[in-house]
Amino acid sequence: MTSSRQQRIERRAVLAALAGALFAPLANAEWGLNFKPPVTEIARIEYDLHMLILWICCAIFVVVFGVMFYSLYAHRKSRGARASNVSHSTKAEVVWTIVPACILVAMAIPSTQALIKMEDTTGSDMTVKVTGYQWMWHYEYLDHDVDFYSILATPRAQIENREEKDETYLLEVDNYLVLPVNRKIRLLVTANDVLHAWWVPELGVKKDAVPGFINEVWTRIDEPGVYRGQCAELCGKDHGYMPIVVRAVGEEEFEAWVSETRAGRSAAN
Amino acid sequence: MTATTADHSVHDHHHDHHPPGAWRWLFTTNHKDIGTLYLWFAFVMFIVGGAMALVIRAELFQPGLQAVTPHFFNQMTTVHALVMIFGAAMPAFVGLANWQIPMMIGAPDMALPRLNNWSFWLLPPAATLLIASLFAPGGAPAGGWTLYPPLSIQGGMGVDMGILALHMMGMSSILGSINIIATIMNMRAPGMHLMKMPLFVWTWLITAFLLVTAIPVLAGAITMLLTDRHFGTHFFDPGGGGDPVMFQHVFWFFGHPEVYILVLPAFGVISQIIPTFARKPLFGYTSMVFATTAIAFLSFIVWAHHMYTVGMPLTGELFFMYSTMLIAVPTGVKVFNWLATMWRGSMTFETPMLYAVGTVFLFTIGGFSGLMLAITPSDFQYHDTYFVVAHFHYVIFGGTITGAIGAVYFWLPKWTGNMYHEGMGKLHFWLTVIAMNVTFFPQHFLGLAGMPRRIPDYSLQFTEFNVISTIGAFVLGFSQIIFLVNVVRTIRGGEKATDRVWEGAEGLEWTLSSPPPYHSFTTPPVIRSA
Repeated sequence: MTSSRQQRIERRAVLAALAGALFAPLANAEWGLNFKPPVTEIARIEYDLHMLILWICCAIFVVVFGVMFYSLYAHRKSRGARASNVSHSTKAEVVWTIVPACILVAMAIPSTQALIKMEDTTGSDMTVKVTGYQWMWHYEYLDHDVDFYSILATPRAQIENREEKDETYLLEVDNYLVLPVNRKIRLLVTANDVLHAWWVPELGVKKDAVPGFINEVWTRIDEPGVYRGQCAELCGKDHGYMPIVVRAVGEEEFEAWVSETRAGRSAAN
Repeated sequence: MTATTADHSVHDHHHDHHPPGAWRWLFTTNHKDIGTLYLWFAFVMFIVGGAMALVIRAELFQPGLQAVTPHFFNQMTTVHALVMIFGAAMPAFVGLANWQIPMMIGAPDMALPRLNNWSFWLLPPAATLLIASLFAPGGAPAGGWTLYPPLSIQGGMGVDMGILALHMMGMSSILGSINIIATIMNMRAPGMHLMKMPLFVWTWLITAFLLVTAIPVLAGAITMLLTDRHFGTHFFDPGGGGDPVMFQHVFWFFGHPEVYILVLPAFGVISQIIPTFARKPLFGYTSMVFATTAIAFLSFIVWAHHMYTVGMPLTGELFFMYSTMLIAVPTGVKVFNWLATMWRGSMTFETPMLYAVGTVFLFTIGGFSGLMLAITPSDFQYHDTYFVVAHFHYVIFGGTITGAIGAVYFWLPKWTGNMYHEGMGKLHFWLTVIAMNVTFFPQHFLGLAGMPRRIPDYSLQFTEFNVISTIGAFVLGFSQIIFLVNVVRTIRGGEKATDRVWEGAEGLEWTLSSPPPYHSFTTPPVIRSA
């Protein structure tokens, strides 16, 4: 191997390393473009409806702006276009009123069906009361005599850039909300000071927590796992620092967790 | 005649005595002077509000806290919105109305000139009060521009300053609207029937009715807030038997018409610009008028679509979903009419036309995301995320602000008698429209991926799009310097504009000299019956 060739290879290696350093953060990034994978029926309905409407909008976008950009290209004075004098067409106007109205009706039908399903909180297996505080959540298992607060667990040093941020930065709490899978769980959402909103994207649940009101919402989680969310209603200076973490577990593990938590509490008392 | 009148001199030979210097502007009752004041005020507020947006974007450039504290961040999001809506967007269109409506309907001036002076001069003290609240103990309002209680009850005296500023700005809007309604109803030239009015005049007439209906509702809501804060009432305090959700209903009963208050005059502007540069009459004039009226009516029965997650009964959610979706029909009619106006025209693309096409394009994207947000079940995921932030910036920046900028390029040669610099205008357009998309398009993705709005710090998965958005925002902000330079150059001089200015221009304002006489039409023009 000649030295010049070696130099060339070295130079390439340096360039590759530089490019790697530049693009590595981009390559490793998640670049989340869409909803997180749904893990409940509700979240799946929301996702499907969202994609349906999105694709309809994209189709209309392509047609409408296809026409517009064609016109911008073809009907320009510099290409010798002469202006027509048509300023009215009842037929066209009726068509572009009726057609969108029909599309809207087609959108409204699945939306109505979805909404009726989502608002039906009857027949639940258990109830958890969720209370928003500035700036933490309180969970009370009404059927299990268990309650606790759940507070941000991300160290201050990470927020103030003195330590490296870990993967669950701002999405970690001290006590998880543990829920059983495959059970219809009714959540009663309220607040004790200002407005908050309890939101876990993967569950497809977002409900305002309003002081003086108790809102009802339900979820049935299909898969065990840890699902993270955040407060979604501005609630003061630490609004960005009151995450929600749900841990979905099997029935037996849930029962074990309940007795363990109860025992821990009576020991503490 | 004094030096300050140099910008519209030459043609002013009669009835244009006014005091010298600053007194002219303080005491003026002239629709053009007041229009100019409004427009400059709006531009200053646009820069102030824009600077606050850059503080927000700077903090969001990276995860972690770098630039500001969370409390100051919340003040920035709140005051940015209030400044942009009440200080920049609304006054910009009142300024355009002042300049254009008398000239477009063949009147010498506005119907109520002294009221006109008063409605402008309420604004600077109001804006000063609002911005001064940043220096009050406890800082400016930090509960979001929607001022939802109980959070807005917690703030310091800055919240009271904000409420009083909103009252003054609201009063200014009501007075301005009364003036616009009185002018349009009473001062049209003989033969200018309602259904012959230019569409800009029509959209403003409808907007003015929206303003006089909606603003008092806001005034009621924030007055109740004020008495809750200081006088022992409990309108919104559950501890005293009040209802925090009631505030949201009252606020959005104002707030949704407000969206159309912001965008309808911009629709009017592009309905003037597109026919001019397509050299073809506006397609479907009658349906445009009816579509505008329909949008205005519907805007009063859709308010709770801002509150889908608040805990409404199913029937309520269904009603507001259907009524909101219905707005897509008249809005679609407008977009199709603009397209049909371009269709088989003979188009050229001077800066105003670029802005008009840009407005149609950007507003329609905002319309699509609006339709998505109307669907209650999927809104449960979008609500209070960056998807909403992206949506309303496409509507308000893409619709309202680009419409207003297009209007300035369109009429500036008429106002000053000089042509603006076309190359700079085009550069400004392309930078603005590209940077706008770089700023706000990624925010759709952020919202879908789960980033809530109004947070000063975010988890790591949102970093990349926030970086892009911040870069776009800074380019967008600094591009506006080109606009300022171009406008100032044009006021000072430049190539002389003809009276008609644009080859395809139709309408009474183009029959006047450029710049027009101080009192637009001293004798009513004759309207040809077409």
